[in-house]
Amino acid sequence: MSCCAPGAEMALDLVNTGSVLPSSQEIRLASRSLGDDLRQTDLSVPTVHCAACIEAIETALGMLDQVESTRVNLSTKRVAVRWRGNQVPPFVAALGRLGYEAHLFDPEVDNKDKTLSELIRAVAVAGFAAGNIMLLSVSVWSGAEGATRDLFHWLSALIAIPALAFAGGIFFRSAWNALRHGRMNMDVPIAVGVSLAYAMSLYETINHGDHAYFDASVSLLFFLLIGRTLDHVMRERARTAVKGLSQLAVRGAMVLRGDGARDYLPVGEIEPGMLLLIAAGERIPVDGKVSRGTSDLDCSLVSGESTPRSVAPGEAVQAGVLNLTGPLTIGATAAAKDSFLAEMVRLMEAAEGGRAHYRRIADRVSALYAPVVHLTAFVTFLGWMAATGDWHRATTIAIAVLIITCPCALGLAVPIVQVVAARRLFENGIMVKDGSAMERLATIDTAVFDKTGTLTLGQPRLVNAGSMDPGMLAVAGDMAAHSRHPFSRAIAGFAAPGARHKFDTVTEHPGFGIEATDAGSTWRLGRRGWAGWKARTGGEGKHGYGGTVLTKDGLIVATFNFEDALRADAGLAIKLLSDAGVSVQMLSGDTAGACGEAAEMLGIEDFVPCLLPSGKVERIETLAKDGHKVLMVGDGLNDTPALSAAHVSIAPATAADIGRYAADFVFLRESLLAVPLALDVSRKAGHLIRQNIAIAIVYNAVAVPIAILGHVTPLIAAIAMSASSLLVIGNALRLQSSRPSSPVKNVRRDRRSDITKLA
Amino acid sequence: MTTLAYLIPVALFLGALGLGGFLWALKSGQYEDLDGAAERILIDREDKIGR
Repeated sequence: MSCCAPGAEMALDLVNTGSVLPSSQEIRLASRSLGDDLRQTDLSVPTVHCAACIEAIETALGMLDQVESTRVNLSTKRVAVRWRGNQVPPFVAALGRLGYEAHLFDPEVDNKDKTLSELIRAVAVAGFAAGNIMLLSVSVWSGAEGATRDLFHWLSALIAIPALAFAGGIFFRSAWNALRHGRMNMDVPIAVGVSLAYAMSLYETINHGDHAYFDASVSLLFFLLIGRTLDHVMRERARTAVKGLSQLAVRGAMVLRGDGARDYLPVGEIEPGMLLLIAAGERIPVDGKVSRGTSDLDCSLVSGESTPRSVAPGEAVQAGVLNLTGPLTIGATAAAKDSFLAEMVRLMEAAEGGRAHYRRIADRVSALYAPVVHLTAFVTFLGWMAATGDWHRATTIAIAVLIITCPCALGLAVPIVQVVAARRLFENGIMVKDGSAMERLATIDTAVFDKTGTLTLGQPRLVNAGSMDPGMLAVAGDMAAHSRHPFSRAIAGFAAPGARHKFDTVTEHPGFGIEATDAGSTWRLGRRGWAGWKARTGGEGKHGYGGTVLTKDGLIVATFNFEDALRADAGLAIKLLSDAGVSVQMLSGDTAGACGEAAEMLGIEDFVPCLLPSGKVERIETLAKDGHKVLMVGDGLNDTPALSAAHVSIAPATAADIGRYAADFVFLRESLLAVPLALDVSRKAGHLIRQNIAIAIVYNAVAVPIAILGHVTPLIAAIAMSASSLLVIGNALRLQSSRPSSPVKNVRRDRRSDITKLA
Repeated sequence: MTTLAYLIPVALFLGALGLGGFLWALKSGQYEDLDGAAERILIDREDKIGR
């Protein structure tokens, strides 16, 4: 990793804390068989950036035994490794030695993107047809007559057939789907317009008429498909980036059989009563009870508690918590499908109702627009019938009205703005799941934050380092370097560089602390009651974390106070949200004391501590009932139901897997400024969408009377349609150039270097 | 008029050739990794092992 600066996907320093490499059993479980003893494993490697990275990885992995081939995909930042044999080649370790962090990828998500290739193929066919028909049409407009014109019309009709069948199929299917369910969407007027235009043009061609609209119907499809493809590419890109993050859920566990044999079983096959071995650094796969060993557990992702909990035999543990310090043997008390995680998924599905009712702006507009347009065309037909009695002329003019009002600009107005907005967010490390998420975010008036892991990092920070004897701090720092306990990590940051304290032995006592000996004295760093066995201080420290001390031969020589470190820019982000007219609340599963401190530091007046997952959902539902549109920002498993209950939701990249999938937005950088930025961009996008729709309607107001009076020729239709589309696209691109007006522009630009382009 | 008889088929054929080429490239996976393809030009082929 000498070559490139870290990019958007890389600002994930906090993910790695406490995680261990996937075991070879886990890799085997996640690989997919290609038959003939050949297996393929997909790894996500977020830090690949250039040719040198590709070469280093492909060369290093190619040199491993049993590896058949390696292929790096730079666009999706994945590595596909094909290997043979029973033994899993150590490719994750090999990547680690090169400095690349790799995450396992689920094999089932590797399906090729069928929709995208269908869309691109449709764009290609429609583009080919539109280009050729336009060429023939230009000759007709410039004066081709008689047999030549008929020939050109026939050729156009022929070329249009594959375009209608292939490219139009996408719209016809969608329109039919909507109509069958009694709904209306943008595709209904498109499908009606295109097919009627084709039918009438065919009739004209057969009867040697001079007006054919083949060009209009095919170029309409072409324009709309471009918008639709860009929209799809944007969502796909976000989806891939989110999926490439490290998986925090467990795939399997080492099961200890009665006869002493050890098997690595997938989570789904673990049954109650089995004994599981959980090494330090692993997550607990199912609910269980500790039967041997003591350790500290990091529950922050599960319950929102920021202080690690120490467990001893006999205590219950929940699925999803991270085992920090010592190996544990637990007896499973529930299968995976009855565990805490599954319970969260059920709560989440139950809460999903609210946002499913949201209807996209485009659909709402077209529900009003389509009937008006169709009625206008029909009335035009009746009017001309009554006036002239010439049914052929009446039909021609009515269809011209349909073509001129076909919502080309309207169909582009929304997706183009959203693609531009999503790209701006993407460049700032924010992934958007779909366009409706931006529409919903623009409407919120209340933001609800989770505390641990969202407003704070869930990592303690030493607060009284300045008032401490530097010598003692250095000793403690050197001892703490031997442990992965969050407190130790916080202290280890203060170890004196260079001057290492010489210890004879260092041992970690899970659940208590670290013991070290040097030159006849015993140092202990850990719980007050354990480390200071001779001290008679009694009483815990004032702070929530006050129990950690350093002792020499049983006498306390230093006391450590911790607080949960705030996420970068949390205070500024909250202030910006308040300035934007959004009221901010905090809901947490943590204790009242810890919540109060965080709320005070951030200036949040409204907070509720000690909430269960269902409690969070209830709070959000109450807010929704009072007519608020709620944004939920959270990361834990316990936030997941709330994420899907809220009107719109945002999760950091460090969130639990199902939380990340439930959230509408995922931000990859550490800074919480992502939240006000997403709100700002979404609101601007909503503004532009409304403007674009207004432009499209004004255009119609001008064009429709001309069409009703029967003055529209194919040439006028083609010019009017292209002009309105260009106008709408140009207006959407204004979002790209407009820079945020608020201090959001202070987003740390130095952390990224790659400007990611949308296709 | 007679020039049209062969010019139009020729034009359509060339267009169809381009379309066919694009669809073939799409199908054979050449659009799967656009960024990677741009960077791979910098890698010397002799150094590659295992492919």
